[in-house]
Amino acid sequence: MTAPTTKPPAKLKAGMLAWLRGVGGLIGFALLLEIVPRIGLVSPNYLPPFSVIMVALAKELMTANFWRAFGDTMQAWALGLVISIVAGAVIGIVIGGSNLLRTMTHSTIEFLRPIPSVALIPLAVLLFGTQLESTLILVVYASFWQVLIQVLYGVQDVDPVARETARSYGLGTWAQIRYVIWPTMLPYLMTGVRLAAAVALILAITSEIAIDTEGLGREISQTESGGAVTIMYAYVIVTGIIGVVVNVGARALERRVLSWHPSIRLDSAEVAR
Amino acid sequence: MNRASTPMLEVKGLRKVYEGASRTVEAIRDVSFSVAQGELVCIVGPSGAGKTTLLKCIAGLLAPTAGSVVLEGHAVTGPPPAMAVVFQEYGRSLFPWMTVHDNVTLPLKRKKMSAERREELVRDALAAVDLRNVESAYPWQLSGGMQQRVAIARAVAYEPHVLLMDEPFAAVDAQTRADLEDLIRVLWRKLGVTVLFVTHDIDESVYLGQRVLIMSHAPTVIMEDVTIDLPGERTQLETRSLPRFGELRKHIYSQIQIAKQGRKPAGT
Repeated sequence: MTAPTTKPPAKLKAGMLAWLRGVGGLIGFALLLEIVPRIGLVSPNYLPPFSVIMVALAKELMTANFWRAFGDTMQAWALGLVISIVAGAVIGIVIGGSNLLRTMTHSTIEFLRPIPSVALIPLAVLLFGTQLESTLILVVYASFWQVLIQVLYGVQDVDPVARETARSYGLGTWAQIRYVIWPTMLPYLMTGVRLAAAVALILAITSEIAIDTEGLGREISQTESGGAVTIMYAYVIVTGIIGVVVNVGARALERRVLSWHPSIRLDSAEVAR
Repeated sequence: MNRASTPMLEVKGLRKVYEGASRTVEAIRDVSFSVAQGELVCIVGPSGAGKTTLLKCIAGLLAPTAGSVVLEGHAVTGPPPAMAVVFQEYGRSLFPWMTVHDNVTLPLKRKKMSAERREELVRDALAAVDLRNVESAYPWQLSGGMQQRVAIARAVAYEPHVLLMDEPFAAVDAQTRADLEDLIRVLWRKLGVTVLFVTHDIDESVYLGQRVLIMSHAPTVIMEDVTIDLPGERTQLETRSLPRFGELRKHIYSQIQIAKQGRKPAGT
């Protein structure tokens, strides 16, 4: 019964407990959604009981229509996210690496960044109608800044001693980017990716609702206008589940890529001692 | 051993002035000295003596305002391939995202050599600093002393003709420090490398060096070039208790006290 042997199970138990509490909260929320329409607080016509929604969802999952819409949304999300990450990382490294470029672009970036992506809907419709490109414009515009701003901070964070070490060993510009700047920036980039992944999903759905491009968002607006409220809620719940999965995935990726970083390595370092 | 016709390293009339927006700071006024091939020279001075500035100028990391640094007959204008630097801040100088093996290997990628030769150099360098079975560990999993050994191994694997060390042991505990000092003496004799060792520790400079250059307070000049006439075989216990060790230490200590008061040798 010494400290080292009891500590890991205690920690495991704490993690398990937190997880159980989270599940408990979800069950409580589902119960609330079940009871509120049933006791007549809200008309079941506008908010059907939870169990009814879940039955409708199970039925939708059997249709090809659902999976086509799901595929369209995920395609727009993934494409938009990849474009934002690549563009944000490359442009961030170029701008962040030069004092001149950084000071020249700072005010422009601060001007463009707060413009809401939805303000670009008229432009997107004008250019591409209800094509995938319209959704991509909104998704990329919203998530690009999330990545760029983080990368700009990350490039600034390079340790002067690390930089001088690299220089003293004759590493050229490319080698410095690859072996010093990129790894220093990676934690920032991963934060940007996590934020961008969530924002990209929101904008993909928004665009499908507002512009009527193919995807889950369009199913939501069409079922709503067709009076199929139950199915509409089923689709809303699906978007929520995708959001959770995206966030969990982004965090898992972060832990994997940044195993060396102080924010993640603490536990493993203690074990090694 | 240390008698070569042309010096390995020559610093001539080096001056460094930092030009700021509001004021200019003269860090180094006029420093000249030369180091013969295979010599171990220590530079000692009070804090604020511009030691790090001088070392960065020699390493080609900082351009001097006037004067020149000549390595093996060639003027230094950028970091030369025949030079390696060991920094004080090993925790920041080693890359935490790379294993020990990759940290030591990275500088060798610049040099044209076969993969086998590279692996051999890395293996030999880690063995030379008494590090075994840590190749796949990350630097932050090691103790401070072991991390500085990794940094030294990285420098050794690079096969430099001149090894520059900037207060490398200032951040480790006394016991580890003594071990690392002995390691430097062993490596220096085994590899025949020329070593320029910057420190603020008078005892360390006397124990390690064949010569000690005493720096003045900034703006820096060299106060004195002291030859350390101690036996070549040095051990922490015996060398440090020699009467001559005490004399040299006392002499350098008094010179540093003068330097701290801001006095400079006549004629500068």
